[in-house]
Parts: sequence; C-alpha cells; structure tokens
Amino acid sequence: MIAAADVTPTWYLLLAAALFAIGCTGVLVRRNPLVMFMCIELMLNAVNLSFVAFSRTYLDIKGQTTVFFVLVVAAAEVVVGLGIVVAILRRRPSANADDIAELKG
Amino acid sequence: MIEVIVFIAASLMVIGGALGVVLRSNPVHAALSLVLTLFGVAVHFVSMEAHFLAAVQVIVYAGAIVVLFLFVIMLLGVDKVEDLRTEPMMRQRYLGPLVGVGVLGLVGTAVIVARGRTIVQSVEGLDTVGHDANVKQLARSLFSDYVFAFELTSVLLVIAVVGTVLLARRPNKGLQAAREKAGVNA
Repeated sequence: MIAAADVTPTWYLLLAAALFAIGCTGVLVRRNPLVMFMCIELMLNAVNLSFVAFSRTYLDIKGQTTVFFVLVVAAAEVVVGLGIVVAILRRRPSANADDIAELKG
Repeated sequence: MIEVIVFIAASLMVIGGALGVVLRSNPVHAALSLVLTLFGVAVHFVSMEAHFLAAVQVIVYAGAIVVLFLFVIMLLGVDKVEDLRTEPMMRQRYLGPLVGVGVLGLVGTAVIVARGRTIVQSVEGLDTVGHDANVKQLARSLFSDYVFAFELTSVLLVIAVVGTVLLARRPNKGLQAAREKAGVNA
C-alpha cells in the first residue's frame, strides 16, 4: 500500500502541524505552569521540524542554521521560565497558572 | 521503503509522546513523555541528514532541558497529580482541543494545497559528500553569514543566567536588615 510511497516534505509538514496543534492544545488545557512550559517546547520542536524539512526541500543550509538559533533561544527561555516558576511556587506551593493572574507578590 | 518505516516509527514516537505530555496528569510522566517526543524529532533530523542538529537535539533538549524540568519538579515537590476538577475557567478545558483541531485543520489544509508547488533551489545546495559534510556546511554558514547573530546569542545566554540567579535567589535577610537600619529604601 505505502511500500511504493516516498517520504515527501509534505509528510514532515503534516507531522509538524499535528505536533504544533497538540502543543497548542496543551497550553490551553493544562494549568500546571511546568507542563505548560513543556507544551511550549512541543510547539518549538514542531517549528524546528518544518524548518529542517524546508532546508532539505530547498537544498539550503540556512534552515538548519535557524534551527540552531531556535535551540539556543529555547534553552535560555526555559532557564528564565523555570526561574520564575521556582520563585512563584516557593511562595505558594499549590499555585496554578490562574492564581498568578495578578502581577503581584 | 526503509525511509517510510523509519518515518512512521519516529512519527508514532513524536505523536505518542506529545499526547503523553498533554494527557498525563503527573508532571514527571509528562516530562518523560517529552523525552520520547524529542528523540522522535531527533530521528527525523537524522533521516533528513541534519546530523549535527540531531546530536544537539539529544544533548541539549533530551539531556539538559528535560533534566532541568525534572530537577525543578523534584526540588519543589510539585509531582502530585493535577486535579482536573478544580477549574476556574470551565469552558477553556473544552474549547482548548477545539482550537487545536482548528490549528491542525488550517495548517494541514495549507500544506496539502501547497504541496508540489514550484521549488526554487538555492545555488549552494546541500553538501552530502563525506561523513562530516553537514557539520562543515553548517559551521561555515554559522561563522560567516550569521557570525554577528552567533555572538549575540552569547549575550543572551549571559543575560539569562544572571536573570535566573537574581530571580531564584532568596532575599538576603541580613542585608535587608542592615539596609532598613541605614534607612535606605531598596
């Protein structure tokens, strides 16, 4: 059935779209700030996947260079984000994302 | 044939792990599902001949970032199951998946409609000769065209480190008392 099929960029892009949609749903549904961060990582990975797929399609290394920078920014974002989560949860151990609606301590 | 099998296996890892992140109510299980997804993406990178990014994906994402998540979970002891019944915004729990399906439908339709459109290939092309061609080409791009951005990332990382240390630091009690005694408003 699929034996003759070739893996085209469309397959990767559809997979990336599915991954992005799952991550988007997760951010909206979950209320634990840590799990929301993980869902943001899912969305970043979906975008990385499509960047590499386009790099392969267009035979251009710049897509992969962009993914490198996305990785660096994602690492910095996780470090700062987890720092904020630690600072909030240390004060109120059972806080979820809706408790932090007011930017007050 | 083999590419199709690899694609399907890795895609099952990616989607299964992603669903695990969203659906498992225990944060530790969610973090471990995230590892599965990140490994699946790394396998996709290998099959698209982005070897360097696959290695970095495993080392930085599956290695460092997920371990950081697990550290924070254990440090704060928040590894208890999320109570799904206490929900301040009741409707959001049902509208969220709807938005997800909408995003998937929109992007999926765009991808399917646009498939096989004209492709303008770059003049450079991707180097595939030699076992380290991908790394060399990526390095050449990074240290010639994007060297300024590359240097700026070091500034970003320093700012992130300093900011995190400031955020996570407990306020120094002795210093605060000394400041109050001296009448300085911190």
